[in-house]
Amino acid sequence: MASALSAQSPVRGMIQRAATDALVKLDPRKLAGNPVILTTEVVAVLASFSTVAEIASHRPAAFAGQIAGWLWATVLFANFAESIAEGRGKAAADALRAARVDTKAKLIVDQATGTTVPTSAHKLAVGDIVLVEAGDMIPADGEIIEGVASVNEAAITGESAPVIRESGGDRSAVTGGTTVVSDWIKVQVTAAQGDSFLDRMIAMVEGADRRKTPNEIALAVLLAGLTLIFLIAVASLVGLGRYSGVVIDPVILGALFVCLIPTTIGGLLSAIGIAGMDRLLKFNVLATSGRAVEAAGDVDTLLLDKTGTITFGNRMATEVISAPGLAPDAALRAAMMASLADETPEGRSIVELANSQGVAGEAPPDAISIPFSATTRLSGLEIGNMTWRKGAVDALLGHLGMTRADMAPELSQAVDRVARSGGTPLAVAEGTRLVGVIHLKDVVKPNVKARFADLRRMGLRTVMITGDNPLTAAAIASEAGVDDFLAEATPEDKLRLIRDEQARGRLVAMCGDGANDAPALAQADVGVAMQTGAQAAREAGNMVDLDSDPTKVIEIVEVGKQMLITRGALTTFSIANDVAKYFAIIPALFVVSLPALGALNVMQLASPQSAILSAVIFNALVIVALIPLALRGVKYRAIGAGALLGRNLAIYGLGGVVAPFIGIKLIDLIVHNLGLA
Amino acid sequence: MTWQGWAEIALTLVLTVAIAWPLGIHLARVLEGRATPLDPLLRPVERAILALAGPQAATSQTWLGYTAALLAFNVAGFVLLYAVLMLQGMLPLNPLKLAGLSPDLAFNTAISFVTNTNWQAYSGETTMSNLSQMVGLTVQNFLSGATGIAIVGALARAFAAHRGEGLGNFWRDVVRVSLHVLLPLSVVMAVVLAVQGVPQTLAQHIDITTLEGAHQTLVVGPVASQEAIKQIGTNGGGFFNANSAHPFENPSPLTNLIAMIAMNGLAFGCVVAFGRIAGARKEARALVAAMALLLAVAAGAIYLAETQATPALLQAGLASAPNMEGKEVRFGAAASAVFAAMTTGASCGAVNAMHESFTPLGGGVALFLIQLGEILPGGVGSGLYGVVVMALLSVFVAGLMVGRTPEYLGKKVEAREIKFAMLAVLILPLAILGLTAVAAVLPVALKGLSASGPHGFTELLYAYSSGGGNNGSAFAGINANSPWWNDTMALDMLLGRFGYIVPVMAMAGAIVAKPKLAPSAGTLPSDNGLFIGLLIGVILILGGLQFFPALALGPLVEHFQMLARTAAPLR
Repeated sequence: MASALSAQSPVRGMIQRAATDALVKLDPRKLAGNPVILTTEVVAVLASFSTVAEIASHRPAAFAGQIAGWLWATVLFANFAESIAEGRGKAAADALRAARVDTKAKLIVDQATGTTVPTSAHKLAVGDIVLVEAGDMIPADGEIIEGVASVNEAAITGESAPVIRESGGDRSAVTGGTTVVSDWIKVQVTAAQGDSFLDRMIAMVEGADRRKTPNEIALAVLLAGLTLIFLIAVASLVGLGRYSGVVIDPVILGALFVCLIPTTIGGLLSAIGIAGMDRLLKFNVLATSGRAVEAAGDVDTLLLDKTGTITFGNRMATEVISAPGLAPDAALRAAMMASLADETPEGRSIVELANSQGVAGEAPPDAISIPFSATTRLSGLEIGNMTWRKGAVDALLGHLGMTRADMAPELSQAVDRVARSGGTPLAVAEGTRLVGVIHLKDVVKPNVKARFADLRRMGLRTVMITGDNPLTAAAIASEAGVDDFLAEATPEDKLRLIRDEQARGRLVAMCGDGANDAPALAQADVGVAMQTGAQAAREAGNMVDLDSDPTKVIEIVEVGKQMLITRGALTTFSIANDVAKYFAIIPALFVVSLPALGALNVMQLASPQSAILSAVIFNALVIVALIPLALRGVKYRAIGAGALLGRNLAIYGLGGVVAPFIGIKLIDLIVHNLGLA
Repeated sequence: MTWQGWAEIALTLVLTVAIAWPLGIHLARVLEGRATPLDPLLRPVERAILALAGPQAATSQTWLGYTAALLAFNVAGFVLLYAVLMLQGMLPLNPLKLAGLSPDLAFNTAISFVTNTNWQAYSGETTMSNLSQMVGLTVQNFLSGATGIAIVGALARAFAAHRGEGLGNFWRDVVRVSLHVLLPLSVVMAVVLAVQGVPQTLAQHIDITTLEGAHQTLVVGPVASQEAIKQIGTNGGGFFNANSAHPFENPSPLTNLIAMIAMNGLAFGCVVAFGRIAGARKEARALVAAMALLLAVAAGAIYLAETQATPALLQAGLASAPNMEGKEVRFGAAASAVFAAMTTGASCGAVNAMHESFTPLGGGVALFLIQLGEILPGGVGSGLYGVVVMALLSVFVAGLMVGRTPEYLGKKVEAREIKFAMLAVLILPLAILGLTAVAAVLPVALKGLSASGPHGFTELLYAYSSGGGNNGSAFAGINANSPWWNDTMALDMLLGRFGYIVPVMAMAGAIVAKPKLAPSAGTLPSDNGLFIGLLIGVILILGGLQFFPALALGPLVEHFQMLARTAAPLR
């Protein structure tokens, strides 16, 4: 998959930019959205003042200074994590901006004569009509009102093979910044400058108007609540300590406070969110909001179009059954002849089947093709007075003036067998004689069954949507292993199905590309529109798949889940860490006045000062250590919720309790041996 | 430590949890407004009372309406009780001619009984007239318990609803719970206690001549009836100062067993009832399991601690194991340990031994149980809503780890629920640690302590924990009848009760409006062993993180000092 969005900037440059950014983010106004880190910064400021006061009064200030330094480091590390996550998006945005150069548009000022005036693309208004010819860049988002052209959309999708865009139907939307490769089109502008698809893409990729998602808000509330609880616990120590004759150095109190509040998850929270969006971009999917990504993780029901998602888009001929009494390959030959002029994939597959069985032939120049039409539902070939026709069984029987009862029983049974197996039977006639039945088969993609099994373990129900009759639909549904199917589906049926599912308290995801999918896309909780699809669909969905690959929904769901899992895992880890920090700091705080509390120093840390310093250092470094995990995300495994919880609890819960005991002890050894405290 | 001791503890806990099911099933019927066996007798009374409230008793209230009714009801209860206590000297049924209480003591006591705490800064037999005990205190014992249980109904309905609005009707809930649950249970238990020898009389004292020929005045009164609701309603306020250690309140091992089952059975029953109304029986079973497991561990820990003796005293031949100081010989270490765990695990506060005399760790475990927020199993009703708050927080943090917006019992846990849950959780450390920290530096507060050093600190911390947790038991040793103590304890109790209830009700209001989601394979299961373990972990870690520093300065340092045989430093 080519991607315009995963433009790589050199790692070193990215880190440098993030480091600079981290300093800029020290501005408290920028930290307002992150109460935990803002609190840390406040404590860092107070600790710095305290250090200065110590120096001014000629008291030893090395300890307070180190604490203050590491508190600042904690804030910087958190900022750095966010900046580095943003950095990748910024690089992608720069690549997109390159496509947004100002172009001269050919504005049509007189519809009748087609007179054009060169106009700056900036000055185009919604409703204007422009002419775009081969080699021109399309100046704005719009709808083709006349013409057909091949368009290179690499600037958006990264895919360099041009796509056909034409007026009317679902392929009429064009995007500003893409280039017409051949022919010409007239485009009616649908989006004003600054509000175009490309603009929105840049904004999304950059995270410019990144708003907190509902889950992020809930988590932020929890973290703020915990911060308050620890504020109470630590502040009360002043009074509690005084009773026991302990006077606590405010710097140490501040250090304890910062160690206890959930700085790890607080520092990494926004990085996780940005990285989640970024991961979607790597799949070439653009989400209009983080909220949509998060909703993807919650999806219960997945509506999948059969064609292109579950089966290969085209049906293929797999066998031809001859009428009784004919030569074995007579029907095959007739089928081939009827398909020679048929350029549809089905037609080609019939010719290929014949060729593969040693039956070959070519249409002579005087052959007349009988094109398929919606009224006859037949197609074929005519050479001289010979005709070959193929088509839906009922249509062809009608054409021949026959009924099902007139069919040879062998053929009639074959028709039923094909239909039951989920295939499509086509009848073939040579002249006025019915000679056989073609089995067109919808071929299920090889790995979908396993993927649906994965989805089931994830707790997702898959529903196949198809225009096929219920019999065919049932056969394919069972072959693909979907949970349910909706046959002979109209867009209204889809909408109704989504509403029903939602009424039962389920979240629904679907993908679609047609204009008639738009209502359903808008109704679905996660609507993935195909980039090649109609403009209405792209606007109705809350995600756009630039590759236009409907199976992508599955990856989208996984990315959504991964984002939530990563947040939960780091929150658990952060809180679990506090146990060890208590065992480091509490004995250190009180051991001078109450020597018996030395018994709580289970880590055997060298001295009270080194214990406190080590805890603060650990607290800061753990943020840096977890940045890769925050960016990469905790892997999602489709093993069921219970098993997944057990696994993550063991790693991040128990691990979170144990890891800091080891980490703080190691840091203490270093701090002590270097004589830092 | 003996196997009989362990067996006694195990039997008590098993019986308590077992009785929770019939109680819970009955309670669910009552809260759902269904028929109960005593309907022929009680329905007319119920109708008559609800007729006073008029048609509004039939409507389902929003969370605001429900909470407003609840608060109004409790304010009225407070005013009435305060008046009775102040005017006791002028009121009948006062054979000992006891005077009215001082304003601060009356205020403290009224708050104490309205909040289901039953902190007693007075000695019952020498302060309260029979009228005060019966019309004042015992009535509030019923009503404060019923208030807590009513919330079980409201919260369960919130989880059961699909985009609902109403949480039920407070007046109806409180009347039905009092009539159909608390009253019959209390009558039965009072009769059993009376049969076992607990006094039930309107006379206030008996004069007797002892075997040595000395004259003695024994205070008696309507003890059995108050004792019953004191335990069943997790109130804990004794008729006598010595509470359940007094032979007239708790004469035999059998009454002791009944008392223990009574003070935790209905609290567990509230969880069962919640599960039935909310349509989450399995999940409720998991909650019961988590609560019971933690309670059992706590009881075992206290028992272990109490079967040790102070090493220094043991060496000097001045003591023997088990530590029997402050314990009744009738009950011994095991029954005292399990009673202590159950009374502090519930927000009951009745005591059959003096927690002050426990070993540092034994007393420390009891203290920690109170600080965990009274959820093991907690007070009637309050234990349930406390544990639901914990379950929501557990599900939120852990639920994210399975990759979905967390949900509990089919309701999504989002920012609003977390906000109110955190507000509720915040209130305990704020009240307990805040007041303890202030009191720790104020001579006027420290004057009330009888011990110094870490033990004195524990007395202080225990008192405010007991008030904030609405437990009401004292570490003894503390003389709390002073304006400072009466007023700050009253504040503590108010915060711990209504500062918790209001956010919980707001949370219920948020939950009721949400759609009820169908569970799927991706939903975090909240009815299995993993969830039980998770909930236990969250309860312990969250509670431990809040109170570890304070506990380090009290029970923990005292324990290590005891082991190191260093005397407590003098203040």
